[in-house]
Amino acid sequence: MVVTAPIPPCLRQPPSPPPREDLELLLLIRHFELTLLRLFEAGELSGTTHTCLGQEYIPVALSPLLHDDDFVLSNHRGHGHFLARYTEPHGLLAEIMGREGALCAGVGGSQHVYHRRFLSTGVQGESLPVAVGVALKLTETGALTCAYVGDGTWGEGAVYEALNMARLWKVPLLVVVENNGIAQSTPTSAQMAGSIAARAAAFDIPHHRVTSTEVGEIRAELAPLLGVVRGESRPLVVEFVTHRIGPHSKGDDTRTPEEIALAAAHDWYARYARDFPEHFAALDLAARERVERIAAEVAARPPSVWERP
Amino acid sequence: MTRVSEHLNRALHDLMEADPRVHLLGEDISDPYGGAFKVTKGLSTRFGRRVRSTPLSEGAIAGIGAGLALAGDRAIVEIMFADFAALAFDQLVNFAAKSTAMYGRKVPVPLVVRCPSGGNRGYGPTHSQSPQKHFIGVPGLSLFEMTPFHDAGELFALMFALEQPCLFFEDKVLYTRRRYEDGVVDDLFRYELTDGVARVFVDGVTEPDCTLIVHGGMTHRALDAMRALLMEEDVACELLVPARLYPLPTLPGLDRARHVCVVEDGSEGGTWGAEVARVLHPRLWSTLRRPISLISAADSVIPAAPHLEREILVQSGRIRHAVAEVLS
Ligand SMILES: Cc1ncc(C[n+]2csc(CCOP(=O)(O)OP(=O)(O)O)c2C)c(N)n1
Ligand SMILES: [Mg+2]
Repeated sequence: MVVTAPIPPCLRQPPSPPPREDLELLLLIRHFELTLLRLFEAGELSGTTHTCLGQEYIPVALSPLLHDDDFVLSNHRGHGHFLARYTEPHGLLAEIMGREGALCAGVGGSQHVYHRRFLSTGVQGESLPVAVGVALKLTETGALTCAYVGDGTWGEGAVYEALNMARLWKVPLLVVVENNGIAQSTPTSAQMAGSIAARAAAFDIPHHRVTSTEVGEIRAELAPLLGVVRGESRPLVVEFVTHRIGPHSKGDDTRTPEEIALAAAHDWYARYARDFPEHFAALDLAARERVERIAAEVAARPPSVWERP
Repeated sequence: MTRVSEHLNRALHDLMEADPRVHLLGEDISDPYGGAFKVTKGLSTRFGRRVRSTPLSEGAIAGIGAGLALAGDRAIVEIMFADFAALAFDQLVNFAAKSTAMYGRKVPVPLVVRCPSGGNRGYGPTHSQSPQKHFIGVPGLSLFEMTPFHDAGELFALMFALEQPCLFFEDKVLYTRRRYEDGVVDDLFRYELTDGVARVFVDGVTEPDCTLIVHGGMTHRALDAMRALLMEEDVACELLVPARLYPLPTLPGLDRARHVCVVEDGSEGGTWGAEVARVLHPRLWSTLRRPISLISAADSVIPAAPHLEREILVQSGRIRHAVAEVLS
């Protein structure tokens, strides 16, 4: 099954540009990710990284819907999730580069960040049972646990064990599925039988599918649903139909040029650049320069120090 | 020159060509991607449905491999990172390994689970481990590891001939290294294969001061240490690299060993080295001059930042100093 939006967002003409602060955050994440790929190419980063190019709008849309006391669990593709939750790009980049001021002393790196009420881990599927546990603790406090997972992660059995208990025990769990139609190199159609909607239905968990890439529209759709998660303490699965426009990690995109072009056609960045050129260009340049400064500043810091437990 | 990853790829091609019963399962192993480390390149194109890219389901694919094996075929399952073999633990330990014996008769389960392991690549705590130790001592489960000396095709044949599940570790840095051939390591060192164990020695030295025992992924760091010890401290070492880690095969040339040191990438405590020492101490008790030394990674998670990771994992300098110190 190839999932595409009913009306390709590229054909929709939004009346006005997104609010300035949303666009600033979108662009911060975009340039943060592009900078990482550039640093890798220049040999200044080691290990691996998974950028969220094209998917930035998801955590940005969710950002004001989440409260301070909510808990966010993230995955390997988590830089955008983090920056939309806590706009601390210096700390995150220092973590990725192993420099002073790193969020987790440089031990976790790109995929393993625990900062305030945000935690990511690089083993797929592992986070959902943990999310249920955290949500259990938050039950009836009005706070919720938000767990980001990809479409491919639904291959792991732990996902289902967690959903079952989330519903049985009525915990305030928001599962955000970033369905970008691919897992590393494998299309969703080759790794998932049935659908995410039907999976949620099997556990009697409400499911909502988001095809818009406009943060304003998405918020309007989701705000009442999140109210139910908090107020009635029950799980919800929100599936975003989205597109990964970059490689899985770095330089490992084996999709055809047509497939990559199709993904790129959904990119908010190109759309805003086209539809609101003046408004966009100034903010884009500002974000690019801001991230360049951050990268230069963090790269010049001494290595992180770790007090081993 | 053949890199170890290319050699493994060729061995898999030959194996699948020669034996139509062999299936290969794993995440992202199909073309054009050809696996996270490119070891399975070309196989899906050539062998069609005998090669399957799977969903992210490590537990289930280990079980499916066991099922294929139980039904009379042979299966190779690739776990993308050895760390995730933990997700297949139940299938391997409670089903695949036990099923060879728990039905009161021998049930063949020719299953090989390939696990790219090891660190020094900055991949962080969940993508860098050498989890061999967690699988040691399971009845019916054997552990092997790729080395730069062994022929991968022969190892696959050996593992299938056991007719019981085997884990096959492949160090991720070793993938990028050259395979040794014709008994020559470099200008200083020669090697020979005796009963499946590679013995690396300095030509003409018959009584080494120390014998190092390592798994395949530690080979190059051990060789670097041996070179420095020989050139700068006048200490001659011999190196033993068994491809089979558990149960441990008979290691050659130890009767003359003055000191034995086992080096590994697993974290300290409950290690493969401890198992090697358990096997060797009774055998060598009368000839050893001192207890076998064990060198392993620190009792720690493996950090992502290279400057921190380096300190936790065993590097050649640490081997060199440990050997020099114990002999001084
Ligand atoms: C248990 C486990 N198996 C395999 C991997 C390797 N891996 C990392 S991301 C990924 C694909 C994930 O796909 P998806 O859930 O769709 O997320 P996306 O990358 O598309 O955001 C794989 C196979 C992993 N990290 N954890
Ligand atoms: Mg995906």
